[in-house]
Amino acid sequence: MERDDLIVNDGYAMAAHHSEEAGVAIRKKIWFVTVLLTLITAVEVAMGVYFKRSEAFTWTAIKWTFIVLTLVKAAYIVLVFMHLGDERSNMKKAIMAPYILFIGYLIFIAITEGFGHLESFTTFH
Amino acid sequence: MAGNTETIPTEVLWGGGQSPFSVTYGKMMMWFFLVSDALTFGGLLTAYGFSRATSEDAWPIGEQVFRALPGLEGQYPLIYVALMTFILIVSSVTMVLAVEAGHRNDKAGVLKWLGATIVGGFFFLGSQAWEWSHFIHGSGGGFQLAKEVTVTADNGEAFTLPKGELVFMDHHFGDAAAALADGDPNAVLHAEGDHISITQFGDHAHTAELHSLTINKYVENEQEVSGAEAVKLWNARSDVYAFGANLEDSEYAAQQTYANFFFFITGFHGFHVFSGVVINIIIFLMALNGVFEHRGHYEMVEKTGLYWHFVDLVWVFVFTFFYLI
Repeated sequence: MERDDLIVNDGYAMAAHHSEEAGVAIRKKIWFVTVLLTLITAVEVAMGVYFKRSEAFTWTAIKWTFIVLTLVKAAYIVLVFMHLGDERSNMKKAIMAPYILFIGYLIFIAITEGFGHLESFTTFH
Repeated sequence: MAGNTETIPTEVLWGGGQSPFSVTYGKMMMWFFLVSDALTFGGLLTAYGFSRATSEDAWPIGEQVFRALPGLEGQYPLIYVALMTFILIVSSVTMVLAVEAGHRNDKAGVLKWLGATIVGGFFFLGSQAWEWSHFIHGSGGGFQLAKEVTVTADNGEAFTLPKGELVFMDHHFGDAAAALADGDPNAVLHAEGDHISITQFGDHAHTAELHSLTINKYVENEQEVSGAEAVKLWNARSDVYAFGANLEDSEYAAQQTYANFFFFITGFHGFHVFSGVVINIIIFLMALNGVFEHRGHYEMVEKTGLYWHFVDLVWVFVFTFFYLI
């Protein structure tokens, strides 16, 4: 069997080659995502510094905002930087399904269990 | 831009006569590896969440622990971590530009951007080394209280601190106290009324005075306590001190778990960055030698690019779940 990393046909691998003009558009998108990711990180840090944790309600809202912003960042990295957005739908689903399931679980642990602890802490102290 | 089934060479079709994912074997396996690696990091962050939720002791918060900048006095909460995040994002961008150059078979472009990515990787590793060093050395250290104490902070608020609570010293006094705690015979404690000082004899003899102590340093509502109130705390100290953190000891909390998670999660991520830099260097040398030019495509850059972006992706989650929340 032949090595399949030798691309015989340009059509085989996704966007294996593109023209100079296509490259200009792709680079424009890359810089847009860069600025966006940097801005989101700056906003997250500003929020973390500005808002106080003692105000339980505000902090809950902040936590959720952090998580949503993180998912936005993650989506841009995976779909644009890692080009998953340009792959076939089969490929996208096979990769994204485990990610989405697990990230949901992670958020549940961080938020629900965290609140459970906060509740027992305020009850017993 | 999805692949076109009709033009796929027959050798790589699956049993059903189709290529369901329309990607090369190598790229698909890189993706599968990244999914499984994500589960490992997810497991670590989940374990962190559980430990934090079930911790009996106070849990340090990111903006209180990580607020130093190299060579600068003062407090800059999370700025350094944000800078590290920025470095990693930029190196991800240079990587995707290298991949894009590869798609145009532009060897010079690949070398330029891949080289920049390697430099960015070293910058990140260097920043992490400084962060670890700062975390390990701490900033002054603290001692545990031997009994419950009620003190008035400088802002007038009264605090009742339980036995075992950590009280923190400034850098100057803490260094002297560390020598005292070590049983250094050259360190001598003087206590005259409200005046506490430690003199270290030797080649560079100097005296450090107790001006103020800090309570709640790594949690919400940090306060300074000075004068007679600070002396009250000092006199209630136990013989348990903590200076910085290592695998057995931590000044950041009464529990050791927080420091352990810091070392393991950021260390495991740092190891990924390190191996990513090594792989990038190998691919850089291959590109330099014209291996990919000869092969006719730069898919190898794309595959290592996937790994490098994944390292950035993981950091985004570590940043949120370890430092921010």
